[in-house]
Amino acid sequence: MSAQHQELHESSVVVRFAGDSGDGVQLMGTQFVSATALAGSDFATFPDYPAEIRAPAGTTFGVSAYQINLGAGPITTAGDAPQMLVAFNPAALKVSLPLIADGAAIIVNTTSFTKRGLSKAGYDEDPRSDGSLDGYQLIEVDVTRLTLETVKPFGLSKSDAGRCKNFWALGLVQWMFGLSLEAIEHWINTKFARKESVREANLAALRAGNAYGETAALAAAVPQLDVRKARFEPGEYRGVRGGEALALGLAASGELADRPIVFCSYPITPASPLLHQLARLGKLGVGVFQAEDEIAAVCAAIGASFGGAIGVTSSSGPGIALKTEAIGLAINAELPLLVIDSQRGGPSTGLPTKTEQSDLYQAVYGRNADAPLPVVAARSPSDCFDVAIEAARIALRHMTPVFVLTDGYLANAAEPWLIPDMNVYEPIEVNKLASKPAKDVQTAVFERDPKTFGRPWVSPGMPGLMHRIGGLEKDIQTGHISYEAENHQAMSQLRADKVRSVAQFIPDQDVAVGPAQGAVAVVGWGSTYGALYQAVRRIARLNDCVSHIHIRHINPFPRNLGDLLGRFERIVVPEMNMGQLSTLLRDKLGVQVVPFNKVTGQPFLIQEVVDFVLDQLADVTGEESRPRIVSGEPQ
Amino acid sequence: MSAQLTARDYTTSQEVRWCPGCGDYAILKTMTRFLADVGAERENTVFISGIGCSSRFPYYVETYGFHTIHGRAPAVATGLKLANPELDIWVVTGDGDGLSIGANHLLHALRRNISLKILLFNNEIYGLTKGQYSPTSRIGTKSPSSPGGSFDAPVSPGLYALGSGARFIARAIDVDRNGLAGVLAAAHRYEGGAFVEIFQNCIVYNEDVFESFAGREHAVERQVHVRHGEPLVFAADNSKGLRFDTATMALEVIDAHERADEVLVHDETNATLAQLLLAMEAPEMPVALGVVYRVEDETFESAFYDNHPTRFKRTGTVADALRNTNTWTVT
Ligand SMILES: Cc1ncc(C[n+]2csc(CCOP(=O)(O)OP(=O)(O)O)c2C)c(N)n1
Ligand code: SF4
Ligand SMILES: [Mg+2]
Repeated sequence: MSAQHQELHESSVVVRFAGDSGDGVQLMGTQFVSATALAGSDFATFPDYPAEIRAPAGTTFGVSAYQINLGAGPITTAGDAPQMLVAFNPAALKVSLPLIADGAAIIVNTTSFTKRGLSKAGYDEDPRSDGSLDGYQLIEVDVTRLTLETVKPFGLSKSDAGRCKNFWALGLVQWMFGLSLEAIEHWINTKFARKESVREANLAALRAGNAYGETAALAAAVPQLDVRKARFEPGEYRGVRGGEALALGLAASGELADRPIVFCSYPITPASPLLHQLARLGKLGVGVFQAEDEIAAVCAAIGASFGGAIGVTSSSGPGIALKTEAIGLAINAELPLLVIDSQRGGPSTGLPTKTEQSDLYQAVYGRNADAPLPVVAARSPSDCFDVAIEAARIALRHMTPVFVLTDGYLANAAEPWLIPDMNVYEPIEVNKLASKPAKDVQTAVFERDPKTFGRPWVSPGMPGLMHRIGGLEKDIQTGHISYEAENHQAMSQLRADKVRSVAQFIPDQDVAVGPAQGAVAVVGWGSTYGALYQAVRRIARLNDCVSHIHIRHINPFPRNLGDLLGRFERIVVPEMNMGQLSTLLRDKLGVQVVPFNKVTGQPFLIQEVVDFVLDQLADVTGEESRPRIVSGEPQ
Repeated sequence: MSAQLTARDYTTSQEVRWCPGCGDYAILKTMTRFLADVGAERENTVFISGIGCSSRFPYYVETYGFHTIHGRAPAVATGLKLANPELDIWVVTGDGDGLSIGANHLLHALRRNISLKILLFNNEIYGLTKGQYSPTSRIGTKSPSSPGGSFDAPVSPGLYALGSGARFIARAIDVDRNGLAGVLAAAHRYEGGAFVEIFQNCIVYNEDVFESFAGREHAVERQVHVRHGEPLVFAADNSKGLRFDTATMALEVIDAHERADEVLVHDETNATLAQLLLAMEAPEMPVALGVVYRVEDETFESAFYDNHPTRFKRTGTVADALRNTNTWTVT
């Protein structure tokens, strides 16, 4: 890197690519991530899609964005305010401007800043000349025109040629970060192996964008960023999105239990990526059935579980609501089932593409009658892998449906992942029944383990073990239908005890950051992990009486959770809903909490959590003013 | 091979809880006898039902059984079939279970041609919930929820199945032991999804609703038992036959002796003929019974396994799959 370049040494840099849905911004983002990963940076990403598939070009509601936080780490969120923005059109600039940091570098594609482009974005004045970009470092590049010139020799149609501009821009960004083009070139070569002209055009665009940065005339204007390498534990790494990790975790559950996975689903945002991922994992013993609706999907999964496969169904809130009755059937029939809920904004159709954590009530309380079941929640993309295995383990051990909560953010966000060693996972045991029970088969099939309340998993095809199951109440002893009053009381107690017994098999609640007692505990669950973790770390540099506790096991809670929370003066519960974990903590543990609720469809910013927690801390400690902590400080 | 099983070996110890005289008893009896006759392997036979009087069926058959939730039996059965395609799966549903709340699943199971043998016990009423009119009830059916007579037009189960793309459609009457056994055997033999409508008498809430053709004194005159390749004749002495009237594009009844060469021959692969036969209603026309429609086609489970070529056998490891992407090593 030549010395004349400005070098920004940041522990991490937040970059945002924004453009029209058709601009290839998501691809640009994922390719940029693979290059940063290979260069040894830690990262976290957040794709921000428009709700409409083909929104009119150039409009603000058609803007698609991809945000990456990269650097030395540990990086756990996609970052608060981007320090660099690539805006492919005026609408992308308009939507992104409120989000980015003061002084951020903005690369705009000037080709699209025509009168028409500006007016489609709702700009009366060109923001480049009306002063609204003062205070930012504006870099104007004629990306589309330069791309078209570059790819002219390859004879593509005008629209195909225009589509190469994401790689042109990526080439420039790669240069700014001093990143090698190799991994991206490799991807282009593989992806377009059979389309020579497209392949060559994209390669040319990538290299041309890169060379553009190199050009002496521009070198002064364009900042070069040198992102420090992360200190990773030694080992083999890959990047992973939550959807991928979840799919692989489900496949791993099948491998560990030596049972097939039958995944039954009906498409819905943001749960569909899991369906798509699993459809490619046939070799791992995964079958995928796209059902006619969510009810059929859960029912088919239950049928598969009856048949001895691990039935899995997946949806987001509205679809999960439809599955409710059938989940009760699985509870009553004492069959294993995994229900994966990729939460999104609601109620009703709500904000399909935006993230929210508002199905906690639905998971824990949302069924007719007393119908308890275990609930686990994933906290990061890679964590989805372990959560899937954990859920399957519970389902098979206790013979119960288990809810897995994830969300739109986790499904699509990516991070580096130390590839797990499959040898360290214990096999998942299956409850068996000897083929010739001495007693009535119907009774033997419902004989439950005294510690887990799990019954043997007996499936059609097993000789001599014919029996009938169903949704009617059955006798606690004999397994035959029973309408006896006392028996229903006993069975209701048994179903509650079963779910409670899960707590005996899960780890104690740990503390993610900070001491195990103190003034304030920041308690969260699910995908807010990254933001809460960073916020508490920032505070912890100045004040060691704030801790972060992140709950994976939502139902039942870990046995020690009540004790642990009792050792803090105040419990702050940030959630992307109107206070659902807060309710649960009050309900199950009887603790008083201070909710902090955000339902804007966007993940928490680290800074807003810091601010909220510091106010609470000041309140607890009685100090008037609180220390000022701002983002961007070295961590 | 174990000793020949009898109907009793296919009967559970459960006390049967249908009203005395209910048509379901006759169906159960014919079924257990049929299972014994074909020597069905009990461990590989499964009855799956929804909710309704009819849906209590699985409790009474000594095979595997699953009494699920209202309308969803075809979906549960689909998942089971995919998990274990070796199983013989019978779905038992009612006119409410299969054609109101569960009509969607019925349609999709039929269009997919998944090898489920679906028995729809049609009594034209909601029996279990005490007799409200159902989607197969005729207009004017008086019931607790339609004291002045129902006014919604009924659906024909057979035509619904045909429209859904069913490849096998048959019909039988609950108490017609031979007719029902024949239809069960054909459904059992058929490789693919089979839809069987059974006219079932609900003695309590809809007594004798099928009397006009099922009643002893009408059976001969108002039932045509169809057989592939044989003329469509009925009545005493096979004196009547069905003819296709090209002017009205409909079937008509003619004298089968005098106009023998005009009588249609049953072709079970002809969907148009199937439609005409399924649409016939007593007393104007005879009611078609037996295998009305049957064509060969690829089954869903076979296509499913073509798309899952490993048939759920793991041919790869998760450890490899985890690395099936760009990886890098930190030392
Ligand atoms: C979700 C749900 N809605 C409604 C019911 C009540 N219900 C049970 S059976 C039934 C109708 C059954 O009619 P049909 O399928 O014709 O069976 P039949 O009793 O006549 O054999 C209804 C409405 C239910 N059990 N579950
Ligand atoms: S109500 Fe009707 S269908 Fe139900 S058991 Fe009684 S007679 Fe049979
Ligand atoms: Mg009925």
